[in-house]
Amino acid sequence: MTFPMIKIEGVRHAYKTPSGPLPVLDGLDVTVDEGGFVAVVGPSGCGKSTLTKLIAGLMMPDEGTVMVHGETVTGPRSTVGMAFQNPVMLEWRTILENVMLPLEIVSTKMTKAEQKERANYLLDLVGLTGFGDKRPSELSGGMRQRASLCRAIVHKPDILILDEPFGALDAFTREDLWQTMHKVKDEEPFTGVLITHDLRESIFLADQVVVLSQRPAKTQYVLDVPNTGPRDLDHLYTPEAAEMLNVLRHQIEVAQGRAAA
Amino acid sequence: MAYVPDMKPRSTGGSIVKWATSRAVLAPLIAMIAFVVVWEFLVWANGWPDYVMASPSDLPEAYAKYWGLFITYGWQTLWRTVVGLVLAVVVGLLLGMVMGFSRLMRDALYPLLVGFNAIPKATVVPIVALLFVGAHDFNTILIAFMISFFPIAVSVSIGLSTLEPEYRDILRALGASQATIFWKIALPKTLPEFFGALKVAVTLAFIGTNLMEIVSPHGRGLGALFDSGKTNSDYPLMFAVLIALAVLGIVLYYVVVALEKIFAGWADRQPG
Repeated sequence: MTFPMIKIEGVRHAYKTPSGPLPVLDGLDVTVDEGGFVAVVGPSGCGKSTLTKLIAGLMMPDEGTVMVHGETVTGPRSTVGMAFQNPVMLEWRTILENVMLPLEIVSTKMTKAEQKERANYLLDLVGLTGFGDKRPSELSGGMRQRASLCRAIVHKPDILILDEPFGALDAFTREDLWQTMHKVKDEEPFTGVLITHDLRESIFLADQVVVLSQRPAKTQYVLDVPNTGPRDLDHLYTPEAAEMLNVLRHQIEVAQGRAAA
Repeated sequence: MAYVPDMKPRSTGGSIVKWATSRAVLAPLIAMIAFVVVWEFLVWANGWPDYVMASPSDLPEAYAKYWGLFITYGWQTLWRTVVGLVLAVVVGLLLGMVMGFSRLMRDALYPLLVGFNAIPKATVVPIVALLFVGAHDFNTILIAFMISFFPIAVSVSIGLSTLEPEYRDILRALGASQATIFWKIALPKTLPEFFGALKVAVTLAFIGTNLMEIVSPHGRGLGALFDSGKTNSDYPLMFAVLIALAVLGIVLYYVVVALEKIFAGWADRQPG
């Protein structure tokens, strides 16, 4: 039996602005099973990033509950890893030192040598063998994003939050990284939440796609992707994939108010 | 502690000749020689007497005559400037941190700081001189500090307040404390701005030191030597002091550049 790793129920949240409260989430429900991978799509500015902050414990909802491991989230926990659209590399550190950063915060039983070994192992896994000693400025955008991914999982988090990590990359690099993601998830299991604008990305990586409505966002539609686990790019060019993309595209148009449900 | 990257090993293969003929040395050297030549030529062509404008050829004599004073007074000016600058760095960093992390403090302190900075320091000199009569070293250091902490405080506060939220979030999401975020991310990320401000502060601090030395009747430092040149109508001496001040300024500037290379060398990207 699968056990819900993340359970978000009836969450409402508003930001305080000079012109009064701005509600961003209103009636959001998302459940992610342990080891599951959920993609969240929706119109821009609908509060997707707010959702990641709630799961990470960087923000508390005004109403509703955010539970992780069956416990209400009350603050940041070291069992979360995050990667953003901006790879957020610390320019004064080498790639290896960047990857090892979380290990300086989270207490692990690893020795310095073991930490180094783990960081190098992850760099190998994402295809950055031999780049550990380089500075971030010497790497391309895609390579920096790979390093950022390593940093997000170096402390073996239960939950990996990906906030549009491939959004700024070119199409081919992005597809390369999708395949890397599958490889990583296979070797280093985690429960994933992916925020994205790319519907192909959502059905390629996730096993469930949640469509949010326009702001204030609620859960509008949930799509189960039938074949879960590692898949190759051919998967995107099947009639089933085309069908799913059509459904999702329609749902986005509904969310934008451009089509009737 | 702040993160200090390893210095890259330098190639020791090149000889001193190679260094002396490198562009980094030759270009400024040629510019300086050209400056001196143009200066000498202008004085000669216009037939200016010493009391209007001394020429470079007058200066060696002045240095030869007063070299002992140049050494002792130059040292006094230098150490007081450096102490004032160190104070400016400490206070500027603290103020910058307070304003960078707290919007309230930024709103509260900015007008005060800008107003304070807008006051010409020449007008503060006599006030300070009267306030702490006789404490000449202290007064000089105080003026050097007062004139130079502002750019440091402003640049650090801007560097900290413009830190992208993601940089904070990658550590905050792991439960890191504010202090950890400051040492591991905010401070190193602000270093390039800090050193930019420090380069401005170095020259300002010299101006502060000399303002006090010239005005205050205690006869110490290069400023006092300048003043005695004025009193005795020794015009070449006055110009010799100005050049000595410029040399001290350049030396201190390059000390800051060297520190910048060590602590913020990562930010340097060779154009082209």
